[in-house]
Amino acid sequence: MMKQIKSVDELIKLKEAALNKIKERQIGNKTTIVVNMGTCGIAAGARDVMMAIIDEISKRNISDVIITQAGCAGMCEHEPMLEVIKPGMPQVIYGHLDKEKARRIVIEHVINSKVVGECALVQQA
Amino acid sequence: MPMVTLTIDGKEVQVEQGTTVLEAAKKVNINIPTLCYLKDINVIGACRVCVVEVKGARTLQAACVTPAAENMVVLTNTPAVRNSRRMTLELILSNHPFECLTCVRNQNCELQSLAEAFGIREVRYTGANPEHKEDNSSVSLVRDPDKCILCRRCVSVCEKVQTVCAIGPQGRGFETVIAPGVDMVLAESNCVNCSQCVLVCPTGALCERDQTEQVWAALADPKKHVVVQTAPAVRVSIGEMFGKEPGSVATGQMVAAIRKLGFDKVFDTDFTADLTIMEEGSELLERVKTGGTLPLITSCSPGWIKFIEHFYPTLLPHVSTCKSPQQMFGALAKTFYAEKAGVDPADVFSVSIMPCTAKKFEAQRPEMNASGYQDVDVVLTTRELGRMFKQAGIDFNELPEENYDDPLGISTGAAVIFGATGGVMEAALRTVYEIVTGNTLASVDFVDVRGLEGVKEATVKVGDLDVKVAVAHGLGNARKLLDALQAGEANYHFIEIMCCPGGCIGGGGQPIPTNYEIRQKRINGIYTADEAMTLRKSHENPAIQQLYKEYLEKPLGHKSHELLHTKYTPRGQFKVD
Amino acid sequence: MHYYRSHVLVCAGSTCVTSGCRAVKETILEGIKSHQLEEEIKVVETGCMGFCELGPLVVVYPEGVMYCRVKAEDAAVIVNEHLLKGRIVKQLLYQDPNTRKPVPLVKDLHFLSKQTKIAMRNAGLINPKDIEEYIAGEGYFALAKVLSSMSPEEVIIEIKKSGLRGRGGAGFLTGLKWEFTAKAQGTQKYVVCNGDEGVPGVFMDRSILEGDPHSVIEAMAVAGYAIGADQGYVYVRAEYPLAVEKLRHAINQACEYGLLGENILGSGFNFDVNIRVGAGAFVCGEETALLASIEGRRGEPRPRPPFPANEGLWGKPTLINNVETFSSIPPIILKGGEWYASMGTEKSKGTKVFALTGKVNNTGLIEIPMGIPLEEIIFDIGGGIPDDKKLKAVQTGGPTGGFIPAEHVNVNMDYESLDELGTQIGSGSLTVLDEDTCVVDLVKFFVEFCQEESCGKCAPCRIGTKRMLEILERITRGEGKVEDIEALEKLCNYIKNTALCGLGQAAPNPVLSMLRYFRPELEAHVRDKHYPASVCAFPFDSPCQNTVEGGVR
Repeated sequence: MMKQIKSVDELIKLKEAALNKIKERQIGNKTTIVVNMGTCGIAAGARDVMMAIIDEISKRNISDVIITQAGCAGMCEHEPMLEVIKPGMPQVIYGHLDKEKARRIVIEHVINSKVVGECALVQQA
Repeated sequence: MPMVTLTIDGKEVQVEQGTTVLEAAKKVNINIPTLCYLKDINVIGACRVCVVEVKGARTLQAACVTPAAENMVVLTNTPAVRNSRRMTLELILSNHPFECLTCVRNQNCELQSLAEAFGIREVRYTGANPEHKEDNSSVSLVRDPDKCILCRRCVSVCEKVQTVCAIGPQGRGFETVIAPGVDMVLAESNCVNCSQCVLVCPTGALCERDQTEQVWAALADPKKHVVVQTAPAVRVSIGEMFGKEPGSVATGQMVAAIRKLGFDKVFDTDFTADLTIMEEGSELLERVKTGGTLPLITSCSPGWIKFIEHFYPTLLPHVSTCKSPQQMFGALAKTFYAEKAGVDPADVFSVSIMPCTAKKFEAQRPEMNASGYQDVDVVLTTRELGRMFKQAGIDFNELPEENYDDPLGISTGAAVIFGATGGVMEAALRTVYEIVTGNTLASVDFVDVRGLEGVKEATVKVGDLDVKVAVAHGLGNARKLLDALQAGEANYHFIEIMCCPGGCIGGGGQPIPTNYEIRQKRINGIYTADEAMTLRKSHENPAIQQLYKEYLEKPLGHKSHELLHTKYTPRGQFKVD
Repeated sequence: MHYYRSHVLVCAGSTCVTSGCRAVKETILEGIKSHQLEEEIKVVETGCMGFCELGPLVVVYPEGVMYCRVKAEDAAVIVNEHLLKGRIVKQLLYQDPNTRKPVPLVKDLHFLSKQTKIAMRNAGLINPKDIEEYIAGEGYFALAKVLSSMSPEEVIIEIKKSGLRGRGGAGFLTGLKWEFTAKAQGTQKYVVCNGDEGVPGVFMDRSILEGDPHSVIEAMAVAGYAIGADQGYVYVRAEYPLAVEKLRHAINQACEYGLLGENILGSGFNFDVNIRVGAGAFVCGEETALLASIEGRRGEPRPRPPFPANEGLWGKPTLINNVETFSSIPPIILKGGEWYASMGTEKSKGTKVFALTGKVNNTGLIEIPMGIPLEEIIFDIGGGIPDDKKLKAVQTGGPTGGFIPAEHVNVNMDYESLDELGTQIGSGSLTVLDEDTCVVDLVKFFVEFCQEESCGKCAPCRIGTKRMLEILERITRGEGKVEDIEALEKLCNYIKNTALCGLGQAAPNPVLSMLRYFRPELEAHVRDKHYPASVCAFPFDSPCQNTVEGGVR
């Protein structure tokens, strides 16, 4: 019986692990990554960018990030694009992305709170 | 037991904790009216007639189920209480056929009595009533659910006292009807025909199957030679139908009254009761000697016989093969007696008067035709006999006493005690003791097997043998012995089982009411009758001795087996299509 | 742990199932597959979300956008537009009937934002078939807390502090009931959960059992610890097969995880839960009838005393509480009785789930602190009466409750205030009536219900409800006599005062309430053969009779 919870401590540990399962439904003080998924974005490779971000976040077991999509932002020549909204930091719109750049954004901006200057298009305080 | 003090209608009364308000009120002579209440058997607070005001309670409380509490203040006769009881009665009446004049319980009905006491003159709330079919399937009793007030007494008796559970509430709410389950009629069910339900029914919803017309017809038929036998229990209860105290021994007047009805011969079941002791006593000794199936169990109670056929068929080998006294009589009446009287057995019409409705079923069992004809033609209950006397205009209490006819009217005290629980056992012991030891008993009274305790045990030294006996009355108590027997824990030689509480004096054909106190009084009457007789041991009955000499030869002989012994029918418990 | 960027919650409560949510879910799954989004998007079936009027419901997280009345075709659009491209599908959003503007986010719905969800905290938000989702929200933490750091007496003190009262209808102080059962003599005791929910129009117990069965299981185990019982039974009405299925699954999972069974969390405490299914009798919601039913006997009430706390199931001390009552227990243990008592009124603490139905825009389940004015429930949370009709009354408590007429619509919703008006909180049924509802016809319907459900044991209810119904039927058929009203009132007071159990005692309530607040309408039926709401009788009076002077037919 692998699943048997034998003590209060084990219950607490299971809860922490289980929180990951439903964290997406909880509204809180989280970092939001908005990936543009308009037709132009998808044509330029936004889906690959999305998958890379998801993968990086999964790998690192980050629990307080929300990923949503938005439609076309009207800056189609800069696609694939995304915006990072992290509490305590300026909102940054990134463009001309690919899988590696996407991963860098996760590591440097989302986790280490450093804007990735070379990909950043717009910064809003 | 801690005591509690409460006030009822301003009177203080102290009772043991656990006593109900109803019982507490009785102690201060307040008789709160009841309808569904039946002491110890049906205490469910269903009819709401016994409601009382209890200070602090939100609603009226049913006195029969409300435990007395310290400092409780009860009012039993306020306008609200009377109004509520009245409404309850009106509603019950609105749901009841107005057939009092043609009802079997006319003048002896609890609903009628309450309506009278409350001065009900109109029923304000009338409406639809469910229509139920009368159940005439059983030869012993009739169900008329239209008259049922759903008090549940019959269900409680059948379930708790008799442990048969033949009937119960079916359907729900307004459509509820008390019936056997699965759309069965009584004849298809496990009903053992004991009519304990009839005894407790407050109305005419349950009653015996009345066969008096058949007897009137036979009596009026010049071709028929009508003979009658009377059970021991009838003589100490028939008087109740004419105002006598329960237990009054009215044998002589009963014989006179029966003779007045026009029977050709008035005989006594007690005669064949003595005969039964001869046959059964011999059977017991035979089984003891040859290592036969023991314990031997008595077989004269047909309700008991149907019970074991349904519920414990594997134990049938224990039951004595002796017929009941009624059936032994029936067989002899159309053979031995007919011969002696020079009457064609085809013209003999054999009637029996019994405290019992299961006897009606017994009489028409297919194997009960040893004479070549149905041995007993009609069985009438004590109640039916009483009605016949009334119809004939007989002034029962003024009759001079008369005696039974010979030879089937001679009996001993051992026979009359058949009517009480423990009586068959005691009668058997009186004979077995003297036959085995060859000595005369110092006292014929075996008091250990007497009385209303559910299961009685005794050990009687008969020569070298310690004869262990047990007696049970009421099928719930019978079950205790049978379960012990099945578990291998019943080390008895002989068991007496009577279907009805108290024995035959408490039978389903007896006058209504029949309650604990009345059963006790009838039992006292039985032993009074026994003590008054000159002969008190079955083997001393000269007519029985003559019967063996002339006709049967010996107990368990060939003729006996032909006429006086029977076999049983294992029956299932559930309706099988 | 696999990271999904989006969770799509599909409400799978019984109502949405009947409205076709299974097809919606299938379509969403198909769409996700065809767009190869399986690694990103998780589809979760939850229990009842509470806004049954708007089902089938789909909520997309992390945004928290709610789509209502979703059909299978709409589901395809949701996948293509929202899940793939992030574009909200405007035509499927909820539209506020007063502002007529769409309200995309679940958290902004008045219906939701005004609620304080305690008993319903998880229903509609988690997958009831996944115990870990329950645990993620501190599920079984209350049980862990009591087993590791509280004595049974301390648990009872906490429940008493909370002021929680039985939510099934009787409103008896829960802490007190636990105390009586704990003090009762005997080594074998039982915990029973009453999931019979027979009152027509209420479905919170169903939603909790379907959507959050673990909250009930956990609470029963906590109760078992407090009173000294090691065996629990949940009695669920047979008409709730989904609830039975979810409960069975949850019990099995809890056993698998060692949260039921022997030596729970290493504490030495044992507790098991079994399910018993009913057989179609409203009366089996009455506690002694329910116990008889579990014992295999005919479901009929019996007189009390003795009370189940002392002599219950098989004669043993038994604690019986309602589903909603149990569901409120874990938060009380975790946050403390005082926290719960800080909500509500002086005598009616905490929150209550109401089933808002009838002539109101937003029908469904709402959980609010006790004491909120009825007005706010109807017009704010409920979104008001459709078609601009006038409020006539609100019927509370179901077939054994009464009316709150429009003039009392500012009454505070607590036990005492409603008792004063001659009705009850009861199980929480709130049926809104407008000017087109015939009160007499509605009362007849309620009496018919009680009459059919009467067990038949006692004469006042068995025969009395039948005679009550016959009088009402005559009246609604146009054959009422003037004497009928007085006769009816006398009959009602008699039944209320004399019946054996709560069903009979409360069956006359709708009639008595009608006599108190709508006597003129009843008199119109009887005396004038005039049917103000134009519902009853034959010949049928035309609706214009209401507006035209002189009553033109």
